Amino acid sequence: MLSAVALTAFTNASAEGLGPFIPKAKGEQCVEPTQVMRERHWEFILHQRDETMYKGIRTTRHSLKNCLECHVQPDEEGRFPRSSEMSHFCTSCHVFAGIRVDCFECHADRPHEAYGAIPRHSRLSLNDLFRKRAVR
Amino acid sequence: MSLDLTRREFLQGAGAAGALTLAPGVFLYAKDPKVPVTDAVRWGLLVDTRLCQEDCDACVTACNEEHNLEDLGRPETDAQWIRKLTVRDPLGGRTISLPMMCQHCEHPPCVDVCPTGASFRRVDGIVLVDKHTCIGCRYCMMACPYKARSFIHENLTEQLPHAPRGKGCVESCTMCVHKVDAGENTTACAEACHKDGHQAILFGDLNDPDSEISKRIREFGATQIRADLGLNTGVRYQNL
Amino acid sequence: MSIASIRYATLDAGRSYWGLLAMLAGVTLVGLAGFLHLEHEGHWITGMNNQVVWGIPHVFAVFLIVAASGALNVASIASVFGQGAYKPLARLSGLLAAGLLIGGLVILVLDLGRPDRLIVAMTYYNFKSIFAWNIFLYTGLLAVIAIYMFVLFQPAFARWTRAAGILALLWRLILTTGTGAIFGFLVARQGYDAAIMAPLFIIMSFSFGTAVFLLVLAAACHGSGRVLGDALLFRLKNLLTVFVSAVLYFVLAYHITNLYATEHHGYEAFILNFESLYSKLFWLGQVGLGSLLPLALFYSPKTRNCRVSTLVGASLVILGGLIQMYVIIIGGQAYPLVLFPGMEESSSFYDGVVASYIPSIWEFLLGFTGVAISLIVVVAGLGALGILPEDLSDPKPAS
Repeated sequence: MLSAVALTAFTNASAEGLGPFIPKAKGEQCVEPTQVMRERHWEFILHQRDETMYKGIRTTRHSLKNCLECHVQPDEEGRFPRSSEMSHFCTSCHVFAGIRVDCFECHADRPHEAYGAIPRHSRLSLNDLFRKRAVR
Repeated sequence: MSLDLTRREFLQGAGAAGALTLAPGVFLYAKDPKVPVTDAVRWGLLVDTRLCQEDCDACVTACNEEHNLEDLGRPETDAQWIRKLTVRDPLGGRTISLPMMCQHCEHPPCVDVCPTGASFRRVDGIVLVDKHTCIGCRYCMMACPYKARSFIHENLTEQLPHAPRGKGCVESCTMCVHKVDAGENTTACAEACHKDGHQAILFGDLNDPDSEISKRIREFGATQIRADLGLNTGVRYQNL
Repeated sequence: MSIASIRYATLDAGRSYWGLLAMLAGVTLVGLAGFLHLEHEGHWITGMNNQVVWGIPHVFAVFLIVAASGALNVASIASVFGQGAYKPLARLSGLLAAGLLIGGLVILVLDLGRPDRLIVAMTYYNFKSIFAWNIFLYTGLLAVIAIYMFVLFQPAFARWTRAAGILALLWRLILTTGTGAIFGFLVARQGYDAAIMAPLFIIMSFSFGTAVFLLVLAAACHGSGRVLGDALLFRLKNLLTVFVSAVLYFVLAYHITNLYATEHHGYEAFILNFESLYSKLFWLGQVGLGSLLPLALFYSPKTRNCRVSTLVGASLVILGGLIQMYVIIIGGQAYPLVLFPGMEESSSFYDGVVASYIPSIWEFLLGFTGVAISLIVVVAGLGALGILPEDLSDPKPAS
């Protein structure tokens, strides 16, 4: 109900050019059509959440991690936005729609590559570095 | 993209290939990410305390780095998923050192007491906390006989993509479930122990009679800590 | 005195009435501000840690919940066991129980790591968990009290009073069993894992609940200018005397049983040897101040017919009850878990050592908030409904 109201507001505002700032994503096309994602992305993520948590299903199509891989991109200086900033894809829309999400209280808010660039700062595992070298 | 490919993702991509030879004699079986885990396997760890060095904490460091368990300088509230425990026999003074972590019980008291069912046992034997439904009541910490769990007492911001964790929830050793699901067939602690040349921690499938862990348990025996509680732990110890 | 002849009246909402409510609301607001700070920062600002995971908030919450069950004593005695002298007080008994329960539950919720997920606690249930059962038992008791109060207030339903009273009695016995079982079911902890926890908590509820009831009744009568007759007050005192003695008996049985098993000697020494803080609290607080001193006041020929010493004694029972909760809840956690019986353990995670716990102001604020909310419910109820009889003075001797 609430989200439907918010969505209407969102759609109307977008039509008038008053929509939220939407950071550019990597790639050509999202995993689902844009309108489907706007209306149902939380269902996909919620479904995937339980599938991964309880059954160990780790397909990437509808995973939160996969969202971040494309939608959270570095700025010109190579810095990835944090979920506390309006330039973050999720935050920009969610602040606009007035719906608080708590995903990033626990989940990483940046794609995996954001950690590779600054290993000590993020205290990335040495194992991870070792792994990357091995693959290269 | 290829430059940033982790071994985990690489293995997922190579899922169709099934098994992959990383090094001579080391086979990795990639789990199909689409297929749910089953109770055909039961993941477990075997610790040989004779091989565990008292002054070594490579497993602890590796776990902390793998999951980014930060040292906030508050030892009473800082999370510890694995710790080195020194056990001394007052008669004679024999001292052994061993890693202590979630014992991944078949009948976990934490799961029994959890009011919301957030604390659960995955069918492959890994005991986890679903932090989406954990309300932070800490009853599981009261119930755990191994003090394996930590409560997150503060806001966190530097979580890694494969290790979500946050304020107000309880957490513990996940048996590196992200590695297990990627078919890496090891845990950060076992890997680190192996790399340091001690090989005191062995990861494997307790249900597979031909696995290394099963063979060693069959040949040399292994004990559970607090076996009297009848929990059938997934972490077993030798030479206690 | 027949029930029909009892006239109830609301408290006069004068300046002191509103002043009391305002003061309680002030305490609640300060406590809620503390809660917001605690929620924002996380639990590291409290004294609770990974060893002592339940602290002062739980001492207050469990005390209030246990006392809530006991506050229904008077209702049970009046409606189930047909003691006419207590019938005028049955309404207060129900109101006080509801208030104490609500206060205790508020503390438990505010202390959660994720209080924002209360809806999760209400929608996801693990029925093997005694905690999940307690959620039903606690909210269920509120419903049962509501039914009981409805029956008391509606003369048309008077014949259902006994049935409602029996329901409430059974429900609260199960509830206190469930609360005691929270600790009784902890198989690994040296101080818990004892079936006696359930009956111990039941008898504790009788004692604490009666003490609170006695004080609230005396305060309400004093505040509203009613005369509380000696007969009624001392009758309650005599009841409390029995309960305080019974708690002592159960505590004795608990420790004697433990002492017989050598494996428990470590924990027993910890509580009984007068060296640890918990041992001193046990002997001086729980046994001395909370049990022996009140018993002396209640029994001694010099003080047993003194109203002031009755009130002081009841206050001491409450203080001793809080200390007893502290010894059970904190002491039981502070004592190290035994992973390797017979061995000495050490680690970076406080294995083998007594865990430290220093309560923080934030935890006390949560506790005070719960008490204040309990009292707000009681005071508001007394002001809005005809809970308290107009006349509680001793019946005149027949001339």
